[in-house]
Amino acid sequence: MILVVLISILFLGGVLAWLSEGLDSRFPRVVALTAVVIDLLVMMALVGADTEGAGWIVQLNAQWIPRFGISFHLAADGLSVLMMLLTAFLGIIAVGSAWDEITERTGFFYFNLLWTLAGVIGVFTALDLFLFFFFWEVMLIPMYFIIAIWGHENKNYAAMKFFIFTQVTGMLMLISILVLAYFHYIQFGWFSFDYFDLLKVNTSSAIEMWVMLGFFVAFSTKLPSFPFHSWLPDAHSQAPTAGSVLLAGVLLKTGAYGLIRFAVPLFPEASMQFAPVAMTLAVISILYCAKVAFAQTDIKRLIAYTSVSHMGFVMLGIYAWNEQALQGAVMTMLAHGLSAAALFMLAGGLQHRIHTRDMDHMGGFWAKVPRLSFVALFFSIAALGMPGLGNFVGEFLVLLGAFQASIGLTVAAAFGLIFASVYSLWVIQKVFHGAYRNLDFDDTHLYDLSRREMLYFGAMMIGLIWMGMYPQNFLDMSAATLTNLLNETEQLLFAQGSEL
Amino acid sequence: MITSFNDLLPLLPLLIVTATSVIAMLMIGIRRSYIATGFITITGLLVATLVAVSMMGWTNQQVTPLLIIDQYSLLFTVVVCASAMVLAVLSFPYFFELDDQREEYFLLLTVATIGAIVMVSSNHFVSTVLGLETLSMSLYGMIAYPLHSAKSVKFPLEASVKYLVLSAAASGFILFGMALIYAQTGTLSFASVTALPASGLGGGYTIIALLMVVSGMAFKLSLAPFHMWTPDVYEGAPLPATAYLATIGKAAMFVVLLRFIQISDALSFDSMVTVLTLIAATSMLAGNLLALLQDNLKRILAYSSIAHMGYLMFALIAGHYVTGTIAVEAITFYLIAYVIMSLGAFGVASVISSSEREFDSITEYRGLFWRNPLLASTFIAMLLSLAGIPLTVGFIGKFYIFLSGVESGLWMLLGVLVLGSGIGLYYYLRIIYRMFMPEKHAQPFRVGGVESVSTYAVLAILLFLLLLFGVYPAPIMSIVATASAFI
Repeated sequence: MILVVLISILFLGGVLAWLSEGLDSRFPRVVALTAVVIDLLVMMALVGADTEGAGWIVQLNAQWIPRFGISFHLAADGLSVLMMLLTAFLGIIAVGSAWDEITERTGFFYFNLLWTLAGVIGVFTALDLFLFFFFWEVMLIPMYFIIAIWGHENKNYAAMKFFIFTQVTGMLMLISILVLAYFHYIQFGWFSFDYFDLLKVNTSSAIEMWVMLGFFVAFSTKLPSFPFHSWLPDAHSQAPTAGSVLLAGVLLKTGAYGLIRFAVPLFPEASMQFAPVAMTLAVISILYCAKVAFAQTDIKRLIAYTSVSHMGFVMLGIYAWNEQALQGAVMTMLAHGLSAAALFMLAGGLQHRIHTRDMDHMGGFWAKVPRLSFVALFFSIAALGMPGLGNFVGEFLVLLGAFQASIGLTVAAAFGLIFASVYSLWVIQKVFHGAYRNLDFDDTHLYDLSRREMLYFGAMMIGLIWMGMYPQNFLDMSAATLTNLLNETEQLLFAQGSEL
Repeated sequence: MITSFNDLLPLLPLLIVTATSVIAMLMIGIRRSYIATGFITITGLLVATLVAVSMMGWTNQQVTPLLIIDQYSLLFTVVVCASAMVLAVLSFPYFFELDDQREEYFLLLTVATIGAIVMVSSNHFVSTVLGLETLSMSLYGMIAYPLHSAKSVKFPLEASVKYLVLSAAASGFILFGMALIYAQTGTLSFASVTALPASGLGGGYTIIALLMVVSGMAFKLSLAPFHMWTPDVYEGAPLPATAYLATIGKAAMFVVLLRFIQISDALSFDSMVTVLTLIAATSMLAGNLLALLQDNLKRILAYSSIAHMGYLMFALIAGHYVTGTIAVEAITFYLIAYVIMSLGAFGVASVISSSEREFDSITEYRGLFWRNPLLASTFIAMLLSLAGIPLTVGFIGKFYIFLSGVESGLWMLLGVLVLGSGIGLYYYLRIIYRMFMPEKHAQPFRVGGVESVSTYAVLAILLFLLLLFGVYPAPIMSIVATASAFI
């Protein structure tokens, strides 16, 4: 029940925020903030709660469309709870980053923001594949509106590209889901879209690889991974700051979550066969996008490419499919959620102040805005994987796990860490160090970070330091889920191996 | 043979609509009153809808060899009557300011509805042709209706003549095909086609006969490559007539095609499968690709309807390969979904237009969301539904079609469907994006014709159905499943 409450608070909050605009254009942000904070507080009830069998903390299963065995099945385990916490936390940050930036049509903006969050929470908790797909699409439309209405100069193109990429690959996933449900129908005599039912489907036929690829394409587009990443830089550079925060912090994680929860466990054999390809794609993402990031002059595009590069580690970890690697992937998801969101907020803050994203026009900002510069330095070195901060723990564990799966690819991936240092420090050097340069922009509004902004950044810094210094809290939460998944796939592989 | 009053009972919806048209005609003869005629039409159609609803569940009977009244035909009688009523409500303000005789429009609409009811209940070539021609003849009139209006900027006459000539040619094809079938079997019942010899004496004509019938029907459904007339006719016709043609006209024709293909088992001929596959694939691609280039809302919806008919065609082919009724269910559900979302989309355009001034360029929808959020939200919901996005009935319809596609294992066509839908997103989003752009001038949006609460109520009901069937489709699914068992 608590999961329904979590989702409906956001849906209703969105509607309320929209309606409250009629009274005063400043009400929606307050309503939105209240809704997300309440959501976060309600979620706290799930942290450390007792788990009923197999790691599930809460479950809710109600009939929805009996004709096809579709049920309204929500459940949360440690992994879901971690992801939900990240969602709600970044939701608050996103509301904060929009607080002053969004001044027009605020009601509809916060409506979309909250509905995106609701869709994401749904994705992290749905255990019926139809329901999962439902939420998967529900989070897209409000995001499309956020980019298309409040975006920057080329918003139509970016929003359209984002929507078409994710929607078309989503349709491929829908076909895969249907094939899987149809297999269940053939093998058991009735339709089911339930996760646990579908896990039992024997998928070791020739078509398995194709079905798995349907899921893989959808998830790796969202992740995004090379070669499906090209929508991300456009979407990020055009989206308003709050949109970027949600995209980088939360929406990308749904792709990784989908891989961990669905793509690999449902098709263990095909996934194992496919793992070398997926890991290679991951390494290409890491290295290629780091290289491309280095070539950018648009600061938001640069951060977007670094996102792709870092998410490559997540994919590498998932397809290495052992405990360290998976733990690392989850840690990277959390840490990257915070660091990328913070970097996008900084870039958005800069754009809001000086109306340009072109780094060639910037330089020597440290003298003008020391607090902002310090915060930028902190999150840059977090992103490049400085020990003591969350990203390092995640990426280190991924490399440790991946080393057991493929030495060659791991060695190549490790170069990503070096590239990350290069481009991060290059940005810091270019924008913040040196003599103050002002080319072609109006710097009358170049203020330092306000107290409220410092509050948000401070909260994210604490999060990253916590993850870096004492990751055990986070590792413990997801450990039960991940070992379960590992055991299940091992049993499946073993059972199918012994049949042969 | 009809021998007693009881035998007439199953025809009650048909009789009510017929009576409505007669009463409306007499009414016009005695005293012209736009309001009274409109009221009689809407009431008559409402009563027919309710009667048809009440008959569902127990009436299953062949009335004369020509008409079959079963769950399936009743379901579509409900759809046809309800849509006709919706269109009558929408037409009322639209034609209010027309400087010509306005009353006969409702007469044409009612007569067209009689034709559509006959079509959805027919399993015999004679009733098919009678219904089809009744429908088409009335549509010629409806399309050309604002002909004498001095201020009309569109080309209703061009549209009407174009439709008349091409539609008559298509009817000729259907009749010729029927004649060939009759020459071999001696009966005109759909079921007789199964007795056609595939080889031997006269076997060579079987395929030709089937192809003639199917291509004539494909013309009426505006399936590629018989789609050329669609955008021009859609654009030239007054909006409510376009909507009638696009929803009831297509749905009734598809029901006939479905019955014909299913009962006659025409797909057991390999060449028929090939032809239909080509038609489905080209419709899905051509419809979606050609819509990309358009700036006129009616033309976009015309091309999108070509694509949607292609999706339905795909399910029709899949029906040959699946066991059970899943493909028929998919077609039925999708047709209902298609009628709802098309009525909604045309309805919004029709609400802000009038017979004197049509808003059919998508640039005119710029900023609609900020000027009239409710109307724009309805429109957006309809467009997203046409694109097949969840929360709407269009998604459940797509889900059905995908499912029957997966079961049939027609992977190539499934790929074309994904490709087509992907392309389709672009032009739907283009319209939606327009509505969100900041408006150039902040004056409130002028609503065409007369302001009428009933049009908004109708749009609200359509929106409600769109979301209800999209979020909680279980009840309608069971109705569809029950009805589909009768095909």
